[in-house]
Amino acid sequence: MSDQLLSALPGAASEGFVTVAEAGLRGMITLRGDLGRLTFALAPLGLDIPAQRAITQADERSLAWMSPDELLLMLPYSEAAEATRTLQEELRGEFATVANVSDARAVFALRGKGAPDVLAKLCPVDFAALKPGEIRRTRAGQVAAAIWVAGEDEMRLVCFRSVAQYMFDLLTTAALPGSEPCLYS
Amino acid sequence: MSHRLSSGGRLIDRGTPLRFSFNGKQMSGYKGDTLAASLLAADQMLVGRSFKYHRPRGVVASGAEEPNALVGLGSGNRFEPNQRATSTELFEGLRARSQNHWPNLDLDLLAVNNLVPQFLTAGFYYKTFLWPRAFWKHVYEPIIRRSAGLGEAPDAKSCDADRYEQIYAFADVLVIGGGIAGLQAALAAAEAGARVALWEQTAHWGGRAPVDGVEIDGKPAEDWIKTTVERLEKMENVEIRLRCMGAGIHDHGYTLGYERVSDHIPGSHGPRHRLWRMRAGQIITATGAIERPLSFAGNDLPGVMLASAIRDYLVNYAVAPGRDAVIVTNNDDAYRTAIAMRRAGLGVVAVIDARADVTGALPQAARSAGIRIIESSGIRKVKGSKRVKGVEICAIDSRGVAFTEQLSCDAVGMSGGWSPAVHLWSHCGGKLIWDEAGHFFRPDPDRPPTGADGRPNLRVCGAANGRLGAVLAEANAAGLESAQAFTPTAETGPAATDTTHDEAPMEPVWIMPRQAEYELRAKMWLDFQNDVKVSDVQLAAREGFQSVEHTKRYTTLGMATDQGKLSNINGLAVLSDALGQPIPATGTTTFRPPYTPISMGAIAGGAVGDVFQPLRRTPMHDWHAANGADWEPVGQWRRPYTYRRAGESRTKAVNREVRNVREAVGLLDASTLGKILVSGPDAPRFMDMLYTNMMSSLKPGKCRYGLMCNENGFLMDDGVVARLDENSFLVHTTSGGADHIHGWMEDWLQCEWWDWQVHTVNLTEQYAQVAVAGPQARRLLEGLGGTDLSRDALPFMGWTEGKLGGFDARVFRISFSGELSFEIAVPAGQGRALWDALLQAGESLGVMPYGTEALHILRAEKGFIMIGDETDGTVIPQDLGLNWAISKKKTDFLGKRGMERVAMQDPERWKLVGLETLDGSVLPHGGLAVLSGRNANKQARTEGRVTSTYYSANLGRGIAMGLVARGTERMGEVLRFAGPKDKVIKVRIVDPVLIDKDGERQNV
Repeated sequence: MSDQLLSALPGAASEGFVTVAEAGLRGMITLRGDLGRLTFALAPLGLDIPAQRAITQADERSLAWMSPDELLLMLPYSEAAEATRTLQEELRGEFATVANVSDARAVFALRGKGAPDVLAKLCPVDFAALKPGEIRRTRAGQVAAAIWVAGEDEMRLVCFRSVAQYMFDLLTTAALPGSEPCLYS
Repeated sequence: MSHRLSSGGRLIDRGTPLRFSFNGKQMSGYKGDTLAASLLAADQMLVGRSFKYHRPRGVVASGAEEPNALVGLGSGNRFEPNQRATSTELFEGLRARSQNHWPNLDLDLLAVNNLVPQFLTAGFYYKTFLWPRAFWKHVYEPIIRRSAGLGEAPDAKSCDADRYEQIYAFADVLVIGGGIAGLQAALAAAEAGARVALWEQTAHWGGRAPVDGVEIDGKPAEDWIKTTVERLEKMENVEIRLRCMGAGIHDHGYTLGYERVSDHIPGSHGPRHRLWRMRAGQIITATGAIERPLSFAGNDLPGVMLASAIRDYLVNYAVAPGRDAVIVTNNDDAYRTAIAMRRAGLGVVAVIDARADVTGALPQAARSAGIRIIESSGIRKVKGSKRVKGVEICAIDSRGVAFTEQLSCDAVGMSGGWSPAVHLWSHCGGKLIWDEAGHFFRPDPDRPPTGADGRPNLRVCGAANGRLGAVLAEANAAGLESAQAFTPTAETGPAATDTTHDEAPMEPVWIMPRQAEYELRAKMWLDFQNDVKVSDVQLAAREGFQSVEHTKRYTTLGMATDQGKLSNINGLAVLSDALGQPIPATGTTTFRPPYTPISMGAIAGGAVGDVFQPLRRTPMHDWHAANGADWEPVGQWRRPYTYRRAGESRTKAVNREVRNVREAVGLLDASTLGKILVSGPDAPRFMDMLYTNMMSSLKPGKCRYGLMCNENGFLMDDGVVARLDENSFLVHTTSGGADHIHGWMEDWLQCEWWDWQVHTVNLTEQYAQVAVAGPQARRLLEGLGGTDLSRDALPFMGWTEGKLGGFDARVFRISFSGELSFEIAVPAGQGRALWDALLQAGESLGVMPYGTEALHILRAEKGFIMIGDETDGTVIPQDLGLNWAISKKKTDFLGKRGMERVAMQDPERWKLVGLETLDGSVLPHGGLAVLSGRNANKQARTEGRVTSTYYSANLGRGIAMGLVARGTERMGEVLRFAGPKDKVIKVRIVDPVLIDKDGERQNV
């Protein structure tokens, strides 16, 4: 089915004082349970269990702390279904839940020095305190979102798939040239 | 006359003239002007008419406190009323018009109100328009509304053309006010290592210091301001912002800032206003002070201004309000204006001082400059009609029956002392004390606002703290102490030394002259914007209004858009005097945010147009949009109500879809249905608590319909549960109920049953889901192939998963239409492809998509209930004949106790039945079955109501369900339903299941 797979807004991009682009399909697996026990199942992936509000990365994968009993594993989309089954098998008999949520999400990349300035208009987050290696679960406008620093002058945002257009419109509007608040940049 | 001086003006750029219009008249000013400055420069002293009496009014002040100079700015979808000319920066092409007059500013016929002012004294409306009662709404109010009021509301059909936005920000120390105190406080906090934000409401740093001749380290204040701003700009930990007003301080350091991003550069790309939502650890307010007017007769005439405003216009904009001014004062500060006038080469006829023996440094300097000082005196009245022509002088301690001297002048500068701008201090609970020396309220250092930890989180410095002399040392300490809240050992250097003239004590004057007779008091304005006079407040006191809050509301003192910035202290002083009590005993009214009005656009922020609110889209949304979908909102989703073909009416489209499902096969985008995974060792037990029926006995691979009730037993949600394995269930909820039910589950798991081992995961958006319903449904799916969907392999109420035409599918054999029906769930990314594949595979079978209206009709033909139609939060499952879905075996479930209450057991409860009109017509939505007689509320008595009503194309007549008293015991009875225009519709009570009572069609 890979030729017919669609992310929420394939190819959507806008140029403002930062570039906003939908980042395509990304594998995402929700893991719930005792974080110590989840470590055991995740060990083969080479990812450290993230501390509170942190995100750890190794190769194409990353692991984000979502709540005291929830992690989010991000990995190439093509690996998600198989990884879900493997993890479910690993955790069989444990009080743990593994769910493939890859298709429930949309991912956006914000590129440019002003990325935190754009997000500051939408999220009640202190971006000066959001360091590389951290993730914030928050809201953007009127919907839920999670945000992290993905690299030099690049931030990533995850939201629910159904509100991808809303999110794209929000980010594009907040990044309109002439509206630079010059708060973080 | 007011005019522009040939030289000077520290804020204007004479090289850049700007054209603007006022009431259509072309005028010009300079870059850097405020609108008020350029109006005065053009001798436009009359700028508006007053609220009640339509008296001519001119510019009084030079900043945010201005009560009179309000104009309508712009036009069309950029028109905005009540804009202060004193804080509007001039720009090329600005269009302003004056307000509250008819037919025009110069000739205002409504000024007759002014001839009989005793008609509009305090409480006039309350006393006069009591009778006849109906006249208020239809006669009095429309007349009063035309006469009173400020600017016009923008045209209701126009839509603001500008953009607005909001932004979240954080700081250790937020300093509000960019005068020298604010700058010093910010510098100290920043040097001590704090993360600092500094806001200034105007376009310039430094506040009044340059105008008032303050010297810092022996040099003009302007030098220090420039260096300090440069230092702050270079510091990494400091964020400074002009044109950003601290609008309100709320709980726990949450502060709103109102940034006017592009008011001064209209047509630029950015937003017009930006609302800052700042969370500050510590706040310093350095908001300065506001000069008070003096209350003498005719103090509202154009040409009478605050003394400080006169020197602001002189020094900042090189604009003189007159050629020969009289200054009237009770303090030394006003002499600065006299000296500034003289220095600018203008005439000062005299300074009239209420005090005896005036010997302070500033008065002496004025004397040395040859200015005449008239001591122990006041203004009896101002002469002139539309502008000042002269003043009459009398002894300050007199009734002012006669004047002692007349002076000709074309401007009057008045100063009744200064009031610290304590608004922000007060917003979040800071208390005030009366300063006996300065005669003003100032922040009480012992009762400051407090933060989340109960400790003070706000400091105040400068004139806002009642300091009218040197301020830098105090500001430095405020900055350092605020920083030390984060780093107790932080240090900073000493402040520079600011020096200004020493001032002799002021002497309070609340009425001028002090024993003024009524004639004079009735012309002394306290609140210019709401037209409240000294006599009004005194009348209120005589009529028994003792509380300052009551007097405020009775007289409207301080209730206009300026919230009494000029009138507050004078008004309560007059009230105190009338009540014979000291001012602190009277107290002040409450200061509430915002400090000055902020735009509605800033409050709405970016939430307009496409992003007004989130619109949720399914993976097939674009297909629906391209194929004639008539949208219907379902929660935040949009679902197709029906798909209209070219030239097809909505009704015809629905009928076509309804018939096609029964005759061939239809596709429904069911992706919006809630899908919640419930898993864990205690999941079966949890499911039994959530649902009224037994879920723990459901076998993996099977589905079961279930009901959820709230604690009161009222039906809340319904849907099909699929058991995935021993410890996990997939809960389908209604489209609108998904988030609520997920929250409901988590509420019980986190708060009540925290020791149960259950996880919930909301998977609603992970799957695209399509219902394939109709006699040809199986054939259609067999066309895709890959999974055996035969009756034996997948019986009714079973589910399976596997490849279906290459899709990763989970197939549920469930039916909400009564037809042979499958719901196919695939990962959302495959949703659109699945939809296309189903349409293609069904082409030869007559497949059509169907919308929510067809869905509703199909279920109604089968007598299936719909949450929100048959339920409204007061309906229990038993009312709907769903007793079969309520377990008798379970010891408990949510709602069980609620259902056992007496009212829920009442045999008179309205029960669900089918309703069949005798003439085959469609019953009106919400129609009521009417009985004779009236109930206790004098309403017609009723015995039933319609919950669902449709035209059924399959049956060729109207069908309906409804709740009827003892309905199920009354089969065959005919009820009388109220139709439109008193028409009676006869309706027979029937079985709600109208098609395929035995369920053969869905079971094939």
